[in-house]
Amino acid sequence: MRIIRDLEIVEDNRTRVPDDQPLPDGPVLVSLDRWRQDRDTLRERGDVGVYLSPEEDTHDLLDDLQDLPAIAFELPKFADGRPYSRARLLRERHEYDGELRAFGDVLRDQLLYLHRCGFNAFEVRADKDLDDALRGLRDFTVALQPASAPPPFGADV
Amino acid sequence: MYQYDDDNRRIVRERVAQFRDQVRRRLDGALSEEEFRPLRLQNGLYLQRHAYMLRVAIPYGILSTTQLRQLALIARRWDRDYGHFTTRQNIQYNWPKLEDVPDILDALADVEMHAIQTSGNCIRNTTSDPFAGVARDEVADPRPVCELIRQWSTFHPEFAYLPRKFKIAVTGAENDRAAIAAHDIGIRLVRNDEGRVGAAVYAGGGLGRTPVLATLVNGFVELTDLLSYIEAILRVYNLSGDRKNKYKARIKILVKTMGADAFRAAVEEEFTAIRQGALQLDTTELDRMATFFAPPTWTTGLPPLDPASLPDDERPRFERWLQRNTHDHRAEGYRIVSISLKSPERPPGDATSAQMDLLADLADEFSLGEVRVTHEQNLVLPHVEEHRLPDLWRALDQHALATPNIGTLTDMICCPGLDFCALANAGSISVARSITDRFDNLDYLYDLGELQLKISGCINACGHHHVGHIGILGINKNDEEWYQIMLGGSATDDASLGRIIGPAVPREKVPDVLEAILHTYVQQREGEERFLDTYRRLGAKPFKEAAYADHP
Repeated sequence: MRIIRDLEIVEDNRTRVPDDQPLPDGPVLVSLDRWRQDRDTLRERGDVGVYLSPEEDTHDLLDDLQDLPAIAFELPKFADGRPYSRARLLRERHEYDGELRAFGDVLRDQLLYLHRCGFNAFEVRADKDLDDALRGLRDFTVALQPASAPPPFGADV
Repeated sequence: MYQYDDDNRRIVRERVAQFRDQVRRRLDGALSEEEFRPLRLQNGLYLQRHAYMLRVAIPYGILSTTQLRQLALIARRWDRDYGHFTTRQNIQYNWPKLEDVPDILDALADVEMHAIQTSGNCIRNTTSDPFAGVARDEVADPRPVCELIRQWSTFHPEFAYLPRKFKIAVTGAENDRAAIAAHDIGIRLVRNDEGRVGAAVYAGGGLGRTPVLATLVNGFVELTDLLSYIEAILRVYNLSGDRKNKYKARIKILVKTMGADAFRAAVEEEFTAIRQGALQLDTTELDRMATFFAPPTWTTGLPPLDPASLPDDERPRFERWLQRNTHDHRAEGYRIVSISLKSPERPPGDATSAQMDLLADLADEFSLGEVRVTHEQNLVLPHVEEHRLPDLWRALDQHALATPNIGTLTDMICCPGLDFCALANAGSISVARSITDRFDNLDYLYDLGELQLKISGCINACGHHHVGHIGILGINKNDEEWYQIMLGGSATDDASLGRIIGPAVPREKVPDVLEAILHTYVQQREGEERFLDTYRRLGAKPFKEAAYADHP
């Protein structure tokens, strides 16, 4: 699958694994429930991240942040703003430096705000063009308030 | 007033370009209406009953004359030659074409204006006291704080998709003219024992289906901490507000559900965590912002006003206007002048392009080039030399802008209602009209004294009916427009919520019912008592009996 990561379109094979399926080899994302259940085993693998629904808090992950290569937030509809706050808290308060990924209803016109809140990986909705979505990160070149990150493309780019 | 810096100029132009592209993608089908809707809403573009409606932000209600002329030009070129001023100090255009909106936004950017975040579930335009900087009862000027909030909230990446809309109002005066108790966050500038100015922060006020007055969260937040404190409130709300039921999604419900103490504790915890962060202001920044709002140079030693010099046929009308439509100014020899947009000729809050142009000229000539918009949907010329008031009055009077009814029954707040709004259940402009027609006797209006009448065409309460001394709410009953009458509300320092006095009445009965209520007031009042105070003393009973005497 192609996604946007660190401002580029890249091939990505980190799969989200539903709870009723066995874990394949290679980088994966598991549900928060599964992580809680098999935490010790999963931590040892070193390539297991967690995905969260908007209802789920990051509270239970705070002790594991150094072992999580990626945390993914579902945006079932993009008008749900909770992941924006959770991402900022992970980046700014808990100094998480792994991948923060958005999946679901991820569209061009939300990318810049997500980026500014600390997201660096985007599974853009399948029916949308990735190059077009990437352009959304250029909509604004300045910001009027601090957040996790400034607009990625400054005024002189 | 505030002048954009390079970042502000750039960001507003970038917004226009972004929206131009969004409109293009919508028109060529790349964006579905469902995807476009939240994008256009964050640019103040609603789809109304007949057409799009564009809401333009007037930050804390302050306009230069250049800006006012541009608003007139937009109405003339792209709309139907008028605009509607709202209770949140904004202006709405009722008939723009979607494909013209990017050009309108460019025209706004030319004069440092925009429509950013004037709708949608985000932080809306911050409102304030229309007499800021000129009021005699001011503790501190609210405008620098408003501008700091405006910039902080503009394109705030974390708070663009809140559970519901979010409105902030700031007052710096002893008399609250910004209705802070009816806002999601209300800020009152106060002085502590050491004489330092800080902010009393209230949260959880709002009207709509479940009217609630705001709760005091913190009685004194240092101004250097204010943005961090507001950010803490927004973060608690963004994470914990109800996202399942839009009727329970406002912060007022969260404050109620958590309880004031638990809500306060959550905010304080978040605030403590971010207090030393990048949002902390230093006094240099506060001072720099204040310089944009430094008082103009007021002339001293001005000649006094001499009404006796007016001809006999003008003097009584002038004096009425002087008494009702002008207010004390901080500086000796000046008055604040209210321009009533409640003339019998137009719907409440509407102004034509010609009137806007005229007011811009008059503001240049008489008011140091400044105009304000009020929560009561009127305009204000904040700095008028007293001795020139007769000249100003004549010019206003010629253009139906001197209706001397400020603060009276016919100076009503009124939403657009069924004539325009897709949400409305009933007309409100028509009811306002029938009331203006019935109560056209100025002596009677003055005798009734201070009276706030507020009319909404549906329970969303854009006309603030819950906080009117008299509130009128339009409802739909078997496809007919009926009206509930409520009494006893107030949006100022003695804020309270009105109560429905009885069954709804049909539209044609509304003026009769009002007349009966007001007749009861005139009979029962003691001394100089206002309607609201008589109601509070006597309760609803005598008013209810009078209102329903004819049709029990």
